[in-house]
Amino acid sequence: MTDYFTVFGLPRKLVVDAPTLQRRFYELSREHHPDFHHGVEAARQAEALAASALVNRAYRALRDPLARVEYLIALEEGREVREGATDKPKAPRELLEEMLEVQEALAEAKAEGLDGDAGTRLREERARLEARYAGEADAIVGRAGDWDRLVDEGGDRKPLLEWFKQRLATRAYLRTVIDDLSDALGEREESHVSHRRH
Amino acid sequence: MSRIVGIDLGTTNSLVAYVEGGIPRVIPDAEGRTLLPSIVAWTPGGVVVGEAARRQLARNAARTVYSVKRLMGRGYEDVKDELARLPFAVTPQAEVVSIRIGDREVTPPEVSAHVLRALKQRAEAHFGEPVEQAVITVPAYFNDAQRQATKDAGRIAGLEVLRIVNEPTAASLAYGLQKMAQGVIAVYDLGGGTFDISILRVKDGVFEVLATNGNTHLGGDDFDRAMVDWLLADIQARHGIDLSGDPEAMQELRLGAEAAKCRLSFDQRTVLTIPFERFAYHRDITRGDLEAMAEPLVAATLGPCRQALTDAALGADQVDEVVLVGGSTRMPLVQRRVGELFGRPAHSRLNPDEVVALGAAVQAQILAGGITDMLLLDVTPLSLGIETLGGIVSVLIPRNTTIPTLAKEYFTTSVDGQTAVDLHVLQGERELAKDNRSLARFDLAGVDPMPAGMPKIEVTFLIDANGILQAQARELRTGKAASIEVKPTYGLTETQVEQMVEDSYTYAEADVNARLLIETQTEADTVINHVERALRQAGGIAPAEERARIEAAMALLRTTRAGTDRDQIRERTIELNQATAPLADRLMEAAIKDAVTSKRADRLLENS
Repeated sequence: MTDYFTVFGLPRKLVVDAPTLQRRFYELSREHHPDFHHGVEAARQAEALAASALVNRAYRALRDPLARVEYLIALEEGREVREGATDKPKAPRELLEEMLEVQEALAEAKAEGLDGDAGTRLREERARLEARYAGEADAIVGRAGDWDRLVDEGGDRKPLLEWFKQRLATRAYLRTVIDDLSDALGEREESHVSHRRH
Repeated sequence: MSRIVGIDLGTTNSLVAYVEGGIPRVIPDAEGRTLLPSIVAWTPGGVVVGEAARRQLARNAARTVYSVKRLMGRGYEDVKDELARLPFAVTPQAEVVSIRIGDREVTPPEVSAHVLRALKQRAEAHFGEPVEQAVITVPAYFNDAQRQATKDAGRIAGLEVLRIVNEPTAASLAYGLQKMAQGVIAVYDLGGGTFDISILRVKDGVFEVLATNGNTHLGGDDFDRAMVDWLLADIQARHGIDLSGDPEAMQELRLGAEAAKCRLSFDQRTVLTIPFERFAYHRDITRGDLEAMAEPLVAATLGPCRQALTDAALGADQVDEVVLVGGSTRMPLVQRRVGELFGRPAHSRLNPDEVVALGAAVQAQILAGGITDMLLLDVTPLSLGIETLGGIVSVLIPRNTTIPTLAKEYFTTSVDGQTAVDLHVLQGERELAKDNRSLARFDLAGVDPMPAGMPKIEVTFLIDANGILQAQARELRTGKAASIEVKPTYGLTETQVEQMVEDSYTYAEADVNARLLIETQTEADTVINHVERALRQAGGIAPAEERARIEAAMALLRTTRAGTDRDQIRERTIELNQATAPLADRLMEAAIKDAVTSKRADRLLENS
């Protein structure tokens, strides 16, 4: 698979200077965008289209620090990564206790309705999970430097890669539970449905 | 390279523009008008487009098509709720709705092609040479089928459509060219039939769309409808007459409501006067009345604005400028609500009716190589996915992905010796296939017979810079290109478009001069019709001498109209108008007096 880091002439590292990446993205877009290849022969136009599509996909994969980690894992494992995958993530073991509490709160709400304490409890559970969800992102992005050091020093990257995967899985699972809670509270917006990628 | 023009193909009005000497300008018609009403009428003399079609709309409601943009790329299910409100007959077909004009069926792209052809001819008259290439704008929230339908319309009109550009993005180009917008800008575009919100970052000549959202069925037309309903109820209450079954009266009411709505953007109150055949209707309308009707519609635009901000990962306070585009943003209520949402006043320094066409001209100039320092990076408004087992959608390209973009997906066979695979491609944000927009069914054929699960077919989904999907397939084991037959769910097939291009030559409205003659004759008919009615209603209040003068002018116009001398027909039309002027004044006076009296009566009733 194409290494998106090389599209921007970058090493396979996680700390990326955002303004530099954006500038490089604009430069490459000016070079390849189909707007600047009109009126040339069809083969050249097709090349420009493909090159421009690649630059756009690469930028999308790398501009967000968290998406960058997801992409890196896929790249290291040599598989295609796809955004917006709808497979339901499995519950990580560490979340078992919280999940039991959430189940209890949901059962209570089902029995008593959302007006009383049950509704309040659901909202509290959701707020707690949302804080945890945001915390997971910070934790993942916070170890980007560790990865880069391992690359520089030639250390064993496997354990950290596994750690990233575990944290991302936990985060994905939290998202589905938060969405389920919002559904139960009748507060979820339709348009968020297929966008569980972060 | 030949000239490339920029076209704004609007719900209510259309325009054509061109960059001359570094400045984009709208090309006017011979009379100096820049807006061409997007109205097409089939008259005994031939097809009439624009102002002339609008003027005869009420008289010829069943054969006059307006707001056809709302039907572009649409299936029957999408539009069935509003068909009752349209005076022309829409044939209920699941895939591509069509309009019945006499014994012919006309599809929405063919209707739009008439509007495009009129603009093409306008540009050709201006330049004195053929114009064959264009950039055409569409609402940012248009889906694949609606974009394709617009492209088809261009082809039928004899235009090579080099690019489909999103309307709010085009507007940002017009502002950007004149360095009138920098930083993060929100473009709020409320037109005649559609609503878009786009958030862009404008930096170093790059116009990067961060997120877009909208509603392709919300615009000025809906405000007019709300007003018409309100007026119908008022007429029922005050005159005891139900006009809803009278197509001619309904069109007069709609046009009257539209005009009153526009006046209320500048005045606090207005009087709506319509001399119906059976009675003269007068109604005092305040801006408050209109805003009460419009409030829910304006509120419906705010959700998409919030969603676009969320998708752009920005807070309202991070937006540097809010730009208003589209005629409906002249309404003070819209300006107020948008200003509140973004926490800053929204502006429209460039004419909101023209700015999209100007931007299309800028994009045309970029494609022609005349502007090299500006680059537009747009996004796809809706997620693209395929149907998987259990009717679930698997998203391949999420919404707000910068275009062009591509995604690859791999498929195999489930039965030994299977040589074809079906794919269902969808667009939308819902989890289940049935809740999304079906784009097309792909038939992958020519797979070599192999045991089940052995073939590995790679399908590349590519969304080009127009936001239109292209697909390619390849069997990886043999390296053979598999053929893809695309059956668009809501679009015309290649063969149908070719047939329409051919038809357009056969049935073509004759040349420009013939068309202008028909328009002039139609205009004469409209005036004669109005005068006849005025005489019937108020002939009694005109002195005999004045009456005789009007009758004479009318007889003269009738004779001239039967001939082909366009200038003379126009002159006689003006003469008839002049002869009728005193009568029109008198009618107006009577109407106002009437309105004042009826208002006093209302007040007396309220107080009693």
